[in-house]
Amino acid sequence: MTPVYTLAAAQVVTEVQPTVDASGAASWAWLLVALPLLGAAIILLGGRSANRWGPTLANVMSWGAFGLGAAILIEMLGRAGDERAQSLHLWQWFTGGSFEVNAGMLVDQLSISFVMLVTFVGSLIHVYSLGYMEHDPDKGRFFGYLNLFIAAMLTLVLADSYVLLFLGWEGVGLASYLLIGFWYQRSDYASAANKAFIVNRVGDMALAIGIAMMFVTFGSADYSTVHGGAAGAPEWALTAIGLLLLGAACGKSAQFPLQSWLGDAMAGPTPVSALIHAATMVTAGVYLIVRSNAIFDLAPTARLVVTIVGAITLLLGAFIGMAKDDIKKALAASTMSQIGYMMLAAGLGPVGYVFAIFHLLTHGFFKAGMFLGAGSVMHAMNDQVNMRRFGRLSGVLKHTWWTFGLGWLAIIGFPGLSGWWSKDKIIEAAFVGEGWQPWVFGLVTMLGAGLTAFYMSRLFFMTFHGSGKRWTEDVHPHESPLVMTVPMMILAVGSLALGAILTAVKFPEWLAPVTNGGHLEHHEPVLAIPAIQILTFVLMAAGVFVAWRLYWKADVPVVAPEGSALTQAARTDFYQDDVNEAVFVGPLMTTATGLVEADDQIVDGGARNLGDGVAGLSRVLRRAQTGFVRSYALTMLAGVVAVLGALWVMN
Amino acid sequence: MENFPWLTVLMVVPLIGAIVVALLPSGSSGRPWRPVALGVSLVALLISIGAALQFTSGSADQFQLVEKHQWIPQFGVSYALGVDGIALSLIVMSAILVPVCLLAMWDEFPGGGGREKNYFALTLLLEAFIVGVFAATDVFLFYVFFEAMLIPVYFLIGWFGGEGRQKAALKFLLFSLAGGLVMLAAVIGVYFQGPQGGEGFLVENLTGLSMGQNTERLLFLGFFIAFAVKAPMWPVHTWLPDAAAASRPATATLLVGVLDKVGTFGMIRFCLQLFPNASQWATPVVIVLAIISIVYGAVLAIGQDDLMRLIAYTSISHFGFIVLGIFVMTSTAGAGASLYMVNHGFGTAALFLIAGMLIARRGSTKISDYGGWQKIAPGLAGVFLLSGLAGLALPGLGSFVSEFLVIVGSFQHSKWAGAFAVTGMVLAATYIMWLYKRMMTGPTPELATPVRDITIREKVVVAPLIAAFLVLGFFPKPVLDVINPAVQQTLQIVGVSDPQPTHPTAATTGSNNR
Repeated sequence: MTPVYTLAAAQVVTEVQPTVDASGAASWAWLLVALPLLGAAIILLGGRSANRWGPTLANVMSWGAFGLGAAILIEMLGRAGDERAQSLHLWQWFTGGSFEVNAGMLVDQLSISFVMLVTFVGSLIHVYSLGYMEHDPDKGRFFGYLNLFIAAMLTLVLADSYVLLFLGWEGVGLASYLLIGFWYQRSDYASAANKAFIVNRVGDMALAIGIAMMFVTFGSADYSTVHGGAAGAPEWALTAIGLLLLGAACGKSAQFPLQSWLGDAMAGPTPVSALIHAATMVTAGVYLIVRSNAIFDLAPTARLVVTIVGAITLLLGAFIGMAKDDIKKALAASTMSQIGYMMLAAGLGPVGYVFAIFHLLTHGFFKAGMFLGAGSVMHAMNDQVNMRRFGRLSGVLKHTWWTFGLGWLAIIGFPGLSGWWSKDKIIEAAFVGEGWQPWVFGLVTMLGAGLTAFYMSRLFFMTFHGSGKRWTEDVHPHESPLVMTVPMMILAVGSLALGAILTAVKFPEWLAPVTNGGHLEHHEPVLAIPAIQILTFVLMAAGVFVAWRLYWKADVPVVAPEGSALTQAARTDFYQDDVNEAVFVGPLMTTATGLVEADDQIVDGGARNLGDGVAGLSRVLRRAQTGFVRSYALTMLAGVVAVLGALWVMN
Repeated sequence: MENFPWLTVLMVVPLIGAIVVALLPSGSSGRPWRPVALGVSLVALLISIGAALQFTSGSADQFQLVEKHQWIPQFGVSYALGVDGIALSLIVMSAILVPVCLLAMWDEFPGGGGREKNYFALTLLLEAFIVGVFAATDVFLFYVFFEAMLIPVYFLIGWFGGEGRQKAALKFLLFSLAGGLVMLAAVIGVYFQGPQGGEGFLVENLTGLSMGQNTERLLFLGFFIAFAVKAPMWPVHTWLPDAAAASRPATATLLVGVLDKVGTFGMIRFCLQLFPNASQWATPVVIVLAIISIVYGAVLAIGQDDLMRLIAYTSISHFGFIVLGIFVMTSTAGAGASLYMVNHGFGTAALFLIAGMLIARRGSTKISDYGGWQKIAPGLAGVFLLSGLAGLALPGLGSFVSEFLVIVGSFQHSKWAGAFAVTGMVLAATYIMWLYKRMMTGPTPELATPVRDITIREKVVVAPLIAAFLVLGFFPKPVLDVINPAVQQTLQIVGVSDPQPTHPTAATTGSNNR
C-alpha cells in the first residue's frame, strides 16, 4: 500500500495550460457579463415601474447568458484538446508605473463549468423568484440585484487576472450585501448585511495584499504571468501568496475563522440563500484555490493549511447543523460543512482539485434545490423557519417533498445519487498521502459523512415526516405554484443524476488540463477503496438511523431541550459572535469612542490653547481695528510687504 | 492655438465672472447671479477641456501650456504658469466640481438676495485662485495663490456656514496661516540657495540644486509642514472636521475636495522635486504619519455622530493614502496617489453634496436623527450608497484603482507599509456601511412633513459625479496617461528607481523592455 503520490511528483505537475485567442462563440464571452449587467442597470434606474417589467427583463438577461454559455461550451467540446482554453482581450484597464492591468477573459474548462453552474442554477432561481417574490412591493429592485450578482459572479470566474477577479469578487460581495439586507426595514437584517460585507472585506484585504505580493514577485498579476512564473519563484513567496489567497477564500466561502457571517446571511430572501449563499458565491473561495493550482502545487505548507481549514470547517459546520432548529440556518451550516469538503479536497493538491470542483457542481444543484424547497416550505408555513413547528409536511407539499428528498439523498451520499459520486471521491483522495495526514483527513471526511447523514436526515424528518404535525394554529400549508416547483424539479433531476452524468462524460479528465497538467494519475489510498466505500456507507446509514429514531419515531418537542454542552455551544455557532465581539468589534468601538474624545481634548486641545491665545490677542486688536478679518488681511499684506522689502534690501 | 494663454484665460474668466456677479445689484429680480455664475463656471470648464486637449502626454518637457512673464524681476518673481499631468488633472477636476457645487447651492438661500450673490461670487473667485495655485511654476507665485485662496474660503465658511462658523473659520485661518508662515520662510530660503536673479523663483531654476544637508532638510520641513497642515495629516488635522462641519456642503466640497489637494500636490511638486535628498531622509517618518492618518481618520469616522464630521474624517484617512503613495516613491504608488487626488475630489463631492441634500430635508446633521430613509427617499439613498461605495474603494468605482495602486506600490516599497495601509479597506467598509445602516435602514421614520425624494436639479448635481466614478473606475486610462509620465519625471528628479520584480517571468521582462 505504498502511495504513488509524493511531493516530488507534484512538482512535475506545474505546466500551465496554454491558451489560444478566443474565436467563435467564445469571442462573445464578454456578453455573458454585459447582458445581466445591462439588465441590472436598466432595472435599477427604472424606478417604480421596474416592478412591472423588471422581473421579466431579468429573466431574459439571465437565460440569455445561459444560452450563450451553452453555445460556448458546445463549441469548446468540439475543439481539439490544445485549443480549448481561450483568452479574450478586452481593454487596458489601468497602468500605474510598471503595474499594468488588462481586462480580459479566460474561457477554459474550469471557467465554463462555473458559467454553466451560475447561469443555469441562477436562471432557474430567477424563475422561482417570479413566484416567491410575486407580492413583494420592491420586486423590481430584487431582480435588479439578482442580475447584478450574475454579472459579478461571471466576472469573477471569467477574469484572466487576479485584479479583474477582485472586481468580480467584491462585486458579488456587494450583491450579497444588497440582497441580505433586501428587507432593509428590519434593523437586524441590515446588521446581517453589514456583517457579511465587513467580514468579507477582511478576506478581501488578504487578497489585495496577495496581489501586491504577486506584483512584487512576478511583476504582474495576470494568471499567465503568475502561474507561468511560479516554478521560478522561491517557496516562501509562493507559500505567502497561497496563504493570502486562502485568507480571501475563507472570507468568501465562510471558512474558519471567517465563517461567522453566513448564518446571519440567511436574513436574505430564500432564493438569494439558494443562489448566492449555497450554490455559487460561497464556492468562489474553492474556485480561487483551484484556479491558483500552479501556486499551491509548489507551496505544500500553504496547501496543508488549506486542508486543515477545510477539515475544521467541515466538522464545525456539521456540528452547528446538528444543533440548529431554523431550517435555513441548518442548511447554511451544511453549506459551510460541504464547502469544507471542497476546500479540503483543493488543499490535497493534484489528487483533489478536480474532485473539489466536481463536488462543487453537484452541491450547487442539490443544495440550491433544498434551499428552494425550504423556501417553498416557508411559503406554505407563513414564513416560519422553526423546524420544531413543522412535521409531516410530505402529505401537503408533495412536490416539495420529493424534490427535497432527492436533495437529501444526494447530500448524504446515498449510492448512485449525485453527492455519492463526488463526495466519495473526496474521501478517497483524503486517504491518499504519507504519514499522519491521510489518516487524519481521511477519517475526518469519513466521520463528516456520518454527521452529514445525521443532521440532514434530522432536518428532512423534522420537516416532512415524524409522529405528528407540530404546526402553529394559524398555518394552512399549500403547495407552491408551478413557477416555483418546476425549478425545484429540475434541480432535483440534477441531484439525482448529475454525478452519474459527469462521471460518464469523464468530467474529471476533461477538467484535468487546467488543474493537473492534463493527466489525472491514479493514487492509491492508504486504505483500500472498497473498505473506504463500505465504511462510509455504514457511517451514513448509522447517521440516518439515529436521526430516524430521534426525529421520526420519537416525538419532537416543540421547545428545544436544553441539550448537551456541545449542542449548546453549536447552537451559538461555537460562540463565534461573542469571540468576534470581544476581540474585534468591542475594542474597535471603544477605541473609536475614546479617540473621538481624545481627538477633541488632546490633539485639538494643544492647538486650541494656541488658538485661544491668538483669539485673546485679536480681541485686543479688535478694539483698535474693526474686526478679525480685516486685521488678518492686513497682517498678511504687511507680511508680504515685509518679505518683498527684505528681499530688496538683501539684493 | 499654439501660444494661446490657456491657463491665464482659465484664471481670468472666473475672476471676471466673480467681479461681474458681485457688481450685479442685489435687488435684481430673478436672482440673475445664479445663471451668470453657473454660465461662467461652465465656460471655464470648456476652457479647461480645451487646455487638456492641447496637452500631449509623454512630452519630454515637465511643463506644458507654459506662460512666462517678468513680474517683479528685482525680487526674482515671475508670472510663470504651466502644468504637468498631475496639475492638469486637478485643474480639470476642479473645473468640473465648481459648476456642480454652484448647482448644488441653487436653492440653499431661500430668499436669494445679496448674501446668495456674494456666495456665488466668492466661489468663482476661489476657482480663479485654485487654477492659479495648481498652475504656478514660480515658487513665489505659488505662495501668493496659496495664501490668497484663504480669503474666499474664510468668508465662505465664516459668513455662510452653520453653527460655530466663526470659530471654525478662524481655526481654519490660523492653522493655514501658521503653516503658510513657515513656508514663507522656506520660500525665501530656497531662493537664496538658487541662482537668484530675475527668474530666481522659477521651479525649473530651483530644481536640482546642491545645498547643504541641514539647509535642505530645514527648507524641506518648511514646505512639508505647510502642506501637512493643508492636506491635512495627523496630528495637525483637527481644523478640518470643524471647518467641514461648519461649512455649507458646497464649501466643504471645495475645501476638502480641492483646496486640501494643494497640500498633497505641493508635496510632489515642491518637497520631492526641490528637496529630493531631504524627502528621502524624511520618508520613514512621513510613512508612519501617513499610516497613522489612514487608521486614525477611519477610526474617528467610525465614532462620529455628525454626518459632515464623519465625511471629513474619512478624508483624513484618504489623505493618509495619498501621502503614503507619494512618499514611498515608487511609480506605481505615485500614480495611485495622483489619481487618488482626482478620485477623492469626486468622491468627497458626492458625499458632501448628498449629505447636504439630506440635511436640507431633515434639518439636522446628526446621524442619529435619521433612520429608515431608504423608504421615504429611495433615490437619495441609492446615490448615497453609491457614493459611499466609491468612498470605500469598491472595484469598478473610481477610488479603487487609485487605492489599489497605492497599496501595491507601498507594498513594493515596504511590506509593512502595505500591510498596515490595507487595514484601511476594512475600516472604510465599517464606517460607510455603518453610516448607511444608521441613516437609511430600519423602520419608516415618522416625520412631521413628508420628504421629497431626489429632485431633477439634484439628479443633475449627482449625475456627473457618478459618471466620474464609473469612468475612472473602468477606464481611467486618459487620466493615467497624463499622470504616469509626470510621476516618472518627478521620481527621476528625486533619483529613485522602482524595485524590479524579484522573479520576473519572460512575459514581464518583455513588457518592461517595450
